[in-house]
Amino acid sequence: MAKKFLSGNEAFAYGIRLARPQVISAYPITPQTIVVEKLSEMVEDGSLPSEFIHVESEHSALSCAMGASSVGARAFTATSSQGLLYMAECLTYASGGRFPIVMMNANRSTALPWNIYGDQRDSLSLLDSGWIQAYAENAQEALDLALMSYYIAEHKTVSTPFMVNLDGFVLTHTYEVVDVPAAEQADEFLPPLETDNKMDLLHPKNLGFSAGPDHNTAFKYKEHIGLLNAADVITQAEKRFAEIFGRQYSGLVENYRTDDADYIIITLGSIAGLVKEVIDKLREQGKKVGLVRIRYMRPFPNEMIAQAVGNAKAAAVLEKDISFGNEGTVYTNVNSALYKAGISIPVSNYIGGLGGKNILPEEIEKILEELTERTVKTEFLGIGGV
Amino acid sequence: MAVNAKTLNETEFFYGHKACAGCGGSLAVRIALKVLGENSIAVLPAGCMSAVGFNFPQLCFGNNAIISTFAGTASMLTGVAAGLRAQGITDFHAVGFAGDGGTADIGLQALSGAIDRNDDILYICYDNEAYMNTGIQKSSLTPFGAKTTTTPAGKNIRGNLRPKKNMFEIVAAHGISYAATASVGYLNDFMKKVEKASKIKGTKYIHIIAPCPTGWGVKTDETVDIAREVVDCGLWYLAEYENGQYTLNYRPNQFGDVAAYLQKQTRFKHLTEEDIQTIISSRDTKWEFINQNFH
Repeated sequence: MAKKFLSGNEAFAYGIRLARPQVISAYPITPQTIVVEKLSEMVEDGSLPSEFIHVESEHSALSCAMGASSVGARAFTATSSQGLLYMAECLTYASGGRFPIVMMNANRSTALPWNIYGDQRDSLSLLDSGWIQAYAENAQEALDLALMSYYIAEHKTVSTPFMVNLDGFVLTHTYEVVDVPAAEQADEFLPPLETDNKMDLLHPKNLGFSAGPDHNTAFKYKEHIGLLNAADVITQAEKRFAEIFGRQYSGLVENYRTDDADYIIITLGSIAGLVKEVIDKLREQGKKVGLVRIRYMRPFPNEMIAQAVGNAKAAAVLEKDISFGNEGTVYTNVNSALYKAGISIPVSNYIGGLGGKNILPEEIEKILEELTERTVKTEFLGIGGV
Repeated sequence: MAVNAKTLNETEFFYGHKACAGCGGSLAVRIALKVLGENSIAVLPAGCMSAVGFNFPQLCFGNNAIISTFAGTASMLTGVAAGLRAQGITDFHAVGFAGDGGTADIGLQALSGAIDRNDDILYICYDNEAYMNTGIQKSSLTPFGAKTTTTPAGKNIRGNLRPKKNMFEIVAAHGISYAATASVGYLNDFMKKVEKASKIKGTKYIHIIAPCPTGWGVKTDETVDIAREVVDCGLWYLAEYENGQYTLNYRPNQFGDVAAYLQKQTRFKHLTEEDIQTIISSRDTKWEFINQNFH
């Protein structure tokens, strides 16, 4: 293990190198570029023996990764924003084909208006595409997810592609001290890919076929079960990861000072770091506040969220996303979890950070203060309620 | 020994499918796979051949085969080839079979990318001159004058107003390792080209005219004949591009009758004498170019 001073993108690239993908296909887009530049350098200097394919678009990036995965090779790609949307067709294709590809997505706003900065509307708009979706808080978690993602995606009971999301710029371009595991340890954690879901010269198969009305539901059911199975495999992966690397993660959510909390913010991604600071400050003032950080949007942590906020008086979902004409997508998912668990505390929705706008500590404090009013609202930070 | 009808592999790799009677596309796929053999990994986008061959649980390829996205034939082929190479496997043919729309329209970008990278793949375009699988809509390879369901022949517009996109020269302009044109009417020529392509490293492209009786409006037993006639009357040609040079493989002694070729097909029934003259004159212009630039 070695300590390095790395940006989120670089840390992720180091994690990917440890995972030894056999094929990398990628197309550049801000703020993802550094991860593919770094991987290109690693391929060039011989430290990463991968086929690096310079595809001409994001659609081809994922299509190429699917081709590699369809013959049993471990594949990686990375994108962001418009690029993710451009390859959207391939997302459902990869999940339906049960190809355990890993993709890094640098969360970025979607046009129009054009904007290169971070929000999470790109990936959240594709929640239903059948991919595992994880959201990293910091560079260390990004690196660790790069390694863990293959273990989870390739597990026989899962066999589902995996999207790791890093907040654009705030995480992708911010430098932190990161522990980079040794290659031998990484190899111990992650064995080479073995799968029967591949085209094999000795045992020819037809893949990517059509299934009509009589069979389609069964395939989709199995796809759903595969994604649900990921929850247990994530726990297994994290246990194994902790044994080898000494860092323990907390599964689909991270609860921060929620045990006796009356008021809880539920959020995801890098903003959680700032929320934790605000919570620490308010706790010093005797206020019982806490945070639920959603680490995985799919599979969705229904029970974990219900458990964490079940005894609170009110909660707020803070997200860098809006499903136009309704509310934030994370909010919709959280409300569903609480309703199913019979929890009827007031939960409000705060939309912030769109197009990279800073979310200020004062704004987070204000959210927690407003929760005492026990009214339910959807509000755009800096603008007001709708 | 060069492959021919006598030496062709007896094994069938594409059978039990539900292609229409007289389908030229399925003939091209069947023959190409016989030439390439059991180590072929076939990638087919949305289109006739994937629609007729991949209906679970009735899967019709004896070799490895997969449907790609419509736009992603070439990029998926690239991934297949890279994935196998990365595992140390070298004895295989990554072969794509895409229709005219899948090639010249929606798949052109990915194809261009693969040629640019000189990926070691063979891309075969079976050209039936329209989106036949969806019910005969115009593609950029639909010839001038042809009636399709999106270029109806009426009082104001007489079918498709634009000529066929020149895919052969478009891929050649990339400096591709090997490109060829072919026709299911000249299967020996096609077989030789597939065999030749299979031995060349880099990107190979073969564009084969594959008539669709349903869309062209000919009888189902006329597929091969009409595919010969289009070559004999000079509206299509058999050629290769290699090492920066074009080679013409077959020069009809005398062009067949263009009007007769057109008039036996329902899709051209509405053409006027003037339209036919336009087609003949554009053929002549093309052959002037061929005579000047092809060896």
